Amino acid sequence: MNSIFAKRRNRLLAMKALRDNYVPGDRLTVCPKCGQEHQRGAVAKDLFVCPGCGYHFPLGAYHRLSMILDSGSFRELNEKLLAADPLSFPGYREKQRAAQRKTGLNEAAVTATGTVGGRKCVVGVMDSRFFMGSMSAAVGEKITLAIEYAAKNKLPLILFCASGGARMQEGILSLMQMAKTSAALARFSEKGLLYISVLTDPTTGGVTASFASLGDIILAEPGALIGFAGPRVIQQTIGETLPEGFQRAEYQEEHGFVDAVVPRSQLRETLSRLLRLHEKGGRS
Amino acid sequence: MKNLTAAERVAIARHPQRPNITDYIDGLFTDFFEMKGDRLCREDPAILGGVALYHDRPVTVIGTRKGKTAEESIRCNFGMPGPEGYRKALRLMRQAEKFRRPVLTFVDTSGAYPGLEAEARGQGEAIARNLYEMSRLTVPVITVITGEGNSGGALALAVADRVLMLENAVYAILSPEGFASILWKDAARHEEACGLMKLTAPDLLALGVTDDLIPEPEGGAHLAPARTIREVDRALSRHLAALLKESGPNLAAKRYLKFRKMGVSQSKEAAPPREEP
Ligand SMILES: [Zn+2]
Repeated sequence: MNSIFAKRRNRLLAMKALRDNYVPGDRLTVCPKCGQEHQRGAVAKDLFVCPGCGYHFPLGAYHRLSMILDSGSFRELNEKLLAADPLSFPGYREKQRAAQRKTGLNEAAVTATGTVGGRKCVVGVMDSRFFMGSMSAAVGEKITLAIEYAAKNKLPLILFCASGGARMQEGILSLMQMAKTSAALARFSEKGLLYISVLTDPTTGGVTASFASLGDIILAEPGALIGFAGPRVIQQTIGETLPEGFQRAEYQEEHGFVDAVVPRSQLRETLSRLLRLHEKGGRS
Repeated sequence: MKNLTAAERVAIARHPQRPNITDYIDGLFTDFFEMKGDRLCREDPAILGGVALYHDRPVTVIGTRKGKTAEESIRCNFGMPGPEGYRKALRLMRQAEKFRRPVLTFVDTSGAYPGLEAEARGQGEAIARNLYEMSRLTVPVITVITGEGNSGGALALAVADRVLMLENAVYAILSPEGFASILWKDAARHEEACGLMKLTAPDLLALGVTDDLIPEPEGGAHLAPARTIREVDRALSRHLAALLKESGPNLAAKRYLKFRKMGVSQSKEAAPPREEP
């Protein structure tokens, strides 16, 4: 690989990652789970995991990519794909622009190629800051294009899921993305290729009921909320309080829907190991 | 009939006397044999399915079941399936694939059930699996949205070669009440939501989400069920005849493309990934 290009790409990703570093606080960070105050630098050094209680702060998409991909290997796919307004929904365009300004993202998903432990793969990352990571037609399209790119180039696929559910302003077309992405994964899988989905906090709604749940291997970050219906809706429907830990990553592991709960500090190594284990003929 | 508002259509779509899956099975098919259970855990009465003859041809029939009486409604959980229901549906679709018979699904549900046990047994996984598997069936698949088709709970039975919709049926990401409460934190604004959601049969046909609209009698299907069922029969047999001319792999390929195209209006801006410099 040409090292000048690699360096440039690395700088670009580092810059983007720095920008979307959205853990609250300037010098001090308060953990929303345990309420303890920590030096922000110390939290950052721990990959944004609370040193007190192990709470995993949500990460921006580029930040996540910078933690997972080998240095210099990042190449973004379909960066310029923008959200549409298919239902001409009042006020939606303005909201999109505001979200774009606030986050520096074009949509709630970033897709890229890169290497993890030296092995080339396609990686998609959802970002819950952009419309709560909801599934728009553009998110569905980006994920589908990433799946198709991986299928065409015979690369393993890793998707980091984070979603509050449907993009209300796109209505039924948001729903159709579930069918589109799932169908693309079916074709991908028929080629004998590996798909790892990584569920991060929160993974709910249509994303759970499509690509998040279709991984050959499903990993989850500790404490991540994972479910189809959100806890509030369930509570309203059944009229009782939900048990402690309900729909969390550990609960999903116990109920058979997650292969392994992997702390952030071990995620990169785990992914690298899984890619190695799935190399054809077991070459190392 | 042309001037009904979206909110009025929602009310008609939810009418308790609207023809339900049992009426369609009695009116359209002969020799229906019901098949129960997901073979993993339990039987979910919110989805009814089995094998039957449609104009003397064996078909697999699957539909969500809403009751007409209070008692019946409770028994089938008001038409809100759990993962067992979707897994039963998938079992029957795989059988249809094995025995090379068309799959006809009927959708009328306010959504998948948001319950504790449904979540514990993987509601999301069950729906996802159906989308995945339906996309590659090599037999004809036709869906009729007969009443409400809400959320992934409806889509899990609707990845079809042809999605037909009764004139006053609605198909949406979720109920207008849920939509209003999520977007505006005010479920009382549901009528306003109806107007914006593009959930009516004419709207969805224009968006390319559905493939045909089946006319209803003046005032709604509940006023003339037999006539409605005749109209459904006419549309079903026409679309089925067309699909039966296609090869299995062709059906799957075209079905893939149909859903692949949904919501790509903006993708022109997406440049193909550049080669490694
Ligand atoms: Zn903490």
